[in-house]
Amino acid sequence: MTETELLMWVRGPVLQVATVIFLLGVLVRILEILVLGRKANLAEARGSAVAGGLRTIVSRSFPDSGTLRRSTFNVVAGYVFHTGFFIVLLLFAPHILLFRDVFGFGWPALPTQIIDAITIVTIITLLAVLVHRMTHKVMRYLSRFQDYLVWLVTILPLITGYLAFHRIGLTPTMLIAIHIISVELLMVVFPFTKLMHAFTLFMARYYNGAIAGYKGVNS
Amino acid sequence: MSNEKTLGEVLRQQGITRRGFLKFCAATASLMALPPAMVPRIAAALENARRPSVIWLSFQECTGCTESLTRSHSPTIEGLIFNAISLDYHHTLQAAAGTHAELAREKAMEENYGNYILVVDGSIPTGNMGFSTIAGISNREMLEEVAKGAAAIVSVGSCAAFGGIPHASPNPTGAVAVTDIIKDKPIINVPGCPPIPVVISGVLAHFLTFGSIPELDALGRPLAFYGKSIHDRCYRRPFYDKGLFAETFDDEGAKLGWCLYKLGCKGPTTYNACATTKWNEGTSFPIESGHPCLGCSEPDFWDGGGFYKAISMPTGDIARTAVYAIGAGAAAGVALGAVNRARKARAVKAHQKVTIDDLEKDS
Repeated sequence: MTETELLMWVRGPVLQVATVIFLLGVLVRILEILVLGRKANLAEARGSAVAGGLRTIVSRSFPDSGTLRRSTFNVVAGYVFHTGFFIVLLLFAPHILLFRDVFGFGWPALPTQIIDAITIVTIITLLAVLVHRMTHKVMRYLSRFQDYLVWLVTILPLITGYLAFHRIGLTPTMLIAIHIISVELLMVVFPFTKLMHAFTLFMARYYNGAIAGYKGVNS
Repeated sequence: MSNEKTLGEVLRQQGITRRGFLKFCAATASLMALPPAMVPRIAAALENARRPSVIWLSFQECTGCTESLTRSHSPTIEGLIFNAISLDYHHTLQAAAGTHAELAREKAMEENYGNYILVVDGSIPTGNMGFSTIAGISNREMLEEVAKGAAAIVSVGSCAAFGGIPHASPNPTGAVAVTDIIKDKPIINVPGCPPIPVVISGVLAHFLTFGSIPELDALGRPLAFYGKSIHDRCYRRPFYDKGLFAETFDDEGAKLGWCLYKLGCKGPTTYNACATTKWNEGTSFPIESGHPCLGCSEPDFWDGGGFYKAISMPTGDIARTAVYAIGAGAAAGVALGAVNRARKARAVKAHQKVTIDDLEKDS
């Protein structure tokens, strides 16, 4: 298989398969939770469950001062790499071109130098997150194989993308092929791991908020 | 033409001044990224070089490479140097035909055995040998025979260097590159569809000056010309970095000369000297004319998923796949949810209440 054939393969059939696994897997997992339903609450409502739920989805995005003080590194590093990852994913011009190809619409891009800097910051933060996980006694005790796998498939697209943009080490065709494969790996692993939190976190927050809202208290 | 005259003598006969000649040497040195101190050495070597015998074999090709080299500019020093080599065999350019032409080739091979330069344009079919023959000799047979006595081989054009268009899927003739057949000779790939003329004269000048082939990249291309990507040397690069792209060929962005990446430009993955040496006597290069780079100096450029689709784009219809996947996922999710509900209902139904009495009975 030549480099061009490899690139055509990952842009074609592999991407199709990865897309199907990603979407099918995510939908099955979300619908399984939703369809199972909850027991009807027979108590009299003292407030709006919906309002409480929606409010909590937003309010839990900001760490309370206690958590921030106790787990400063987790909170700060978590924010930095999540924000960085999404900026690189959503505001890099060639990525937007891909979204336009799929959705039929696009949006303005950030200059590549800024994307470049954010990529480096994100990679460094993710490395720090790994070091923290491996050196912090409790974190290490709680960590399983999946935690390291999820970390790996998250950092790989950033590293391969950086190498592809700067064309370091291999031919550009090969580097782009490897970058696309790394993203496809992320897509395939996504529905079966903790990466599902990207969707389920909103459901969990809503549920917590709704319980409190129904009781008429702040969550 | 006699092979006895030196290159310097030939050039003077053609009315080239010493100043003009040295300017060419300086330009060649800078093109090949050699230090200025090398200029006198290049001049001396070229001046005293015997015109090397060149045998040019054309296989599965379109003659575009020859057209590029002979017609793209009015006679310049590069052109004259090209004339000044002893081109002993070339289908398109030689006067002789038939038996005489083949005799000229055999004679040149015999007289310069071990010293001539073999230039090849066009790919070589490996399927039915009858797909492409010259004087009844198959391309492969002729290449193997002529390559044996060559000092070096120059594969001109993407077909000879990488298989090119004949090699494009589904490759009906089983076309391959020179490097797929000849393994024991120094081979310089000068890909492009067609390649830039000055690259050929630069490679020949290097060979005459140093008696060796220039430094090559992993794909056998002279680094001096193929060392940087079109993207890195493109005058539209600042627009790429700013995120300013032409969306169509006639929108405002196209008129303002913004980056052509979204229109399928292969500049980021293409290594060639177009953006610096340019074409038609330095007039322009494709991107300057408003058209994306096709990536013609890269292997398999014809099979890269379309000239007007960026290299990172999906080749299939992902949106349609996504719709099907979402439909299937929704159905499967609801079905599995229903199964889980039923199981939960069964568990509730099968639930048996245990009283204190029951527990006491057991113990």
